[in-house]
Amino acid sequence: MTTTFKQHLIDPEICIRCNTCESICPVQAITHESRNYVVDAAKCNFCMDCISPCPTGSIDNWRLMPQTQPYTLAEQFGWDDLPAEKTPEQLAAMGVAEGVTVTADDAAPQAQTDAAPDPTGQAPFNPSAYNATLPPWSAAHAYTNLYGPRAAEAFVTATVVGNVRVTEVGTEYDTHHLMLDFGAMPFPVLEGQSIGIIPPGADAQGRPHHPRQYSIASPRNGERPGYNNISLTIKRVLQDHQGNAVRGVASNYLCDLKVGDTVQVTGPFGTSFLMPNHPRSHIVMICTGTGSAPMRAMTEWRRRLRKSGKFEGGKLMLFFGARTKEELPYFGPLQSLPKDFIDINFAFSRTPDQPRKYVQDLLRERAADLAPLLQDGNTHTYVCGLKSMEEGVVLALRDVARGAALNWDEIGARLKREGRLHLETY
Amino acid sequence: MSTINYSDKIPNNVNLSEDRTLQRALEQWQPNYLNWWQDMGPEGSVDYDVYLRTAISVDPQGWAQFGHVKMPDYRWGIFLNPAEAERKIHFGDHLGEAAWQDVPGEHRANLRRIIVTQGDTEPASVEQQRHLGLTCPSQYDLRNLFQVNVEEGRHLWAMVYLLHKYFGRDGREEGEALLERRSGNQDNPRILQAFNEKTPDWLSFFMFTYFTDRDGKFQLCALAESSFDPLARTTKFMLTEEAHHMFVGESGVGRVIQRTVDMMNQLKTDDPAKLRAAGVIDLPTIQRYLNFHFSVTIDLFGADESSNAATFYSTGLKGRFEEGKRQDDHRLKGQTYQVLNVVDGKLVEKEVPMLNALNEVLRDDYIKDSVGGVERWNRIIDKAGIPVKLKVPHKAFHRSIGSLAGAKISPDGQVVSQAEWDAKAKEWLPTPEDRAYVASLMGRVVEPGKFAGWIAPPVMGINRQPVDFEYVRFN
Repeated sequence: MTTTFKQHLIDPEICIRCNTCESICPVQAITHESRNYVVDAAKCNFCMDCISPCPTGSIDNWRLMPQTQPYTLAEQFGWDDLPAEKTPEQLAAMGVAEGVTVTADDAAPQAQTDAAPDPTGQAPFNPSAYNATLPPWSAAHAYTNLYGPRAAEAFVTATVVGNVRVTEVGTEYDTHHLMLDFGAMPFPVLEGQSIGIIPPGADAQGRPHHPRQYSIASPRNGERPGYNNISLTIKRVLQDHQGNAVRGVASNYLCDLKVGDTVQVTGPFGTSFLMPNHPRSHIVMICTGTGSAPMRAMTEWRRRLRKSGKFEGGKLMLFFGARTKEELPYFGPLQSLPKDFIDINFAFSRTPDQPRKYVQDLLRERAADLAPLLQDGNTHTYVCGLKSMEEGVVLALRDVARGAALNWDEIGARLKREGRLHLETY
Repeated sequence: MSTINYSDKIPNNVNLSEDRTLQRALEQWQPNYLNWWQDMGPEGSVDYDVYLRTAISVDPQGWAQFGHVKMPDYRWGIFLNPAEAERKIHFGDHLGEAAWQDVPGEHRANLRRIIVTQGDTEPASVEQQRHLGLTCPSQYDLRNLFQVNVEEGRHLWAMVYLLHKYFGRDGREEGEALLERRSGNQDNPRILQAFNEKTPDWLSFFMFTYFTDRDGKFQLCALAESSFDPLARTTKFMLTEEAHHMFVGESGVGRVIQRTVDMMNQLKTDDPAKLRAAGVIDLPTIQRYLNFHFSVTIDLFGADESSNAATFYSTGLKGRFEEGKRQDDHRLKGQTYQVLNVVDGKLVEKEVPMLNALNEVLRDDYIKDSVGGVERWNRIIDKAGIPVKLKVPHKAFHRSIGSLAGAKISPDGQVVSQAEWDAKAKEWLPTPEDRAYVASLMGRVVEPGKFAGWIAPPVMGINRQPVDFEYVRFN
């Protein structure tokens, strides 16, 4: 069976033949003729030393090729353009069996479990390889599974003590801030944890609904400090992509609750997406939509602590994305936080007449400020929102690191190992 | 008392903090350098935070650190490529001997002259470009201009380091004089004529960075072969930065062409008047600029027959481009090379001793490299489906140095009469009208992501930043 590899190539259309790559390559893998600069696949060891000195970016090109049939030097010398990526059919015709075309796995099988160096810097990129499973060293200890199928009590009953809309009501969505009070029942929580809500009734097969998880949006001492209550950020979608009316079982139930109603709660859950407690710790928060719930919890806890003068050294940076300003929960309250307390960056992807902007664009824009934070052992980074944001965000962090000439593979692995990068997406 | 923190302010790999003599010399020179930058550096830009690439060491991780800095605070470091243990002289009369770590007395004057000439070009181009920031076509381009400027400044430091470290009092005096000459100044001009020409507009700037900074590449490559090891190592590191300057030129002209051909297709015309009315630079004007900058630049290589060149090579001061890769005896005695001159109204080749023709050898290597880039510009035109090609003029065209100086040769290499030259020169070289038209397009565009109408945006931003990144923060 032939395996594939990412062949390192230079784009002859952009390359200016400045010779920098050739002079810097430690293994003499790069050479030239009068027409093109080329990389010898037999010599290139993916050290990446040539990447940052290249003034054009032409050096950073990669093509999936059968290990036994890389583009030869003679072929590369003749190019005016970089050839397109081979299709799976073309690769199959070259003897690559179906299903083995994704080779970063072949080359680096540990990539799935560890933040191993990706030799090519190209896809397939696995952001979850960088996700920490341990909490920050200074995190408070979290209680989990006090209520649930394997606990003494299957659920705890909480009372709704508040339900307010936190965005303008749109046609496609509706976002609520829901407050639940546990009365005398124990329900200790930390910022970043989540709870389960069991919607009443049964599903189409007549089985009871399984619990739905929601991140807690309030700090550890309660939405209302000193009371045994928490808050949640709940978004219900009103229309699907075709414009048909849809109603989610749990979120719809929660958004319609009235003060005084009761709900069945399980949890709390989560032992790693927890905030650092030491006074010089910095928190970088990256979220979209209701992914803002844990960020709100952490920010509010910091704000309360700051009032008591305990967190002078720690920086807070928030990168918050939504389709429009109107869809962004807590937009108003966020605006009124002092600038020297939190550095807020909004990205809107659907503001009319504006270019689409995503959180990863913001991360790149703020590279100058993020790069030093990435290097600082006191910085903890949290990502929460739609699954699709994960890759873009981690790639942007990687770019920020590389832009500052840092070794992302080292930094990424360290962030994971030290419990300093947390991804929670859905 | 020292005001300079040597390890921090001047990143270096020459043990500056332990070299008291060098420190004292630089302490005297540095304030004058900063004064020169204030007076002659990019106009009105002292307070801008510019997204610059700064080198803090010579390894691949350290030499491209990006961040917003004010240009006067840019860390003009002193870097030599890592030393090669036991490096041997690999050409000339001393072939096979150990490379010199110090200046041999008999070569002192020539080496000083070579270093001063190279050093003089660096502040000169900053001076030539000092007004360009006022008419930049975008913030991206403004940043690139400033990056080029600070690196020219660093290259001046690099040469001044060599002068201070190895040439004693003479070196210090030459270092001062580098800050006193002024590009285009009648009384105290820069040493080489191309560095006294004006760079009045951005098309000239792009042509300059393409053609003239490419001359820099070839001169630095030749010096990187030098038997004087500190010069070889310094120029080798300078080459990594010179690459960016050529990139600015090649991509800059390429983007001008891109915008022009887009407009030609949009308006379905190749009429220069209509294209000018639409606010883009017509291809014939681009060709005339190309002719001018190419011919002025190839003069920089010096006379086609030069005994100095022979001496520099034989004594091991300056090698050829890629000397180490050439398969000959690296002494060149008894070998010959063809140079051009005009005999009886015709261009003829004349065989001369190779050693005396080394300027011409380097010029020919340069020409081959230049032609390659022009062919890449032609691909942009070709891709737009337009049947026009830009051409590098004949090497005898519009020359002022050597045996071709003053000969009247058309761009395609025909000897022409004075009358024909006078009649055709306006088709071959930029006319005052061309320059006035290009000047009329120069307005300042600095909003992030916006570009002047005569130039296309780049394919990608610097350091993978988005094109609309805030490359310059105006404070």
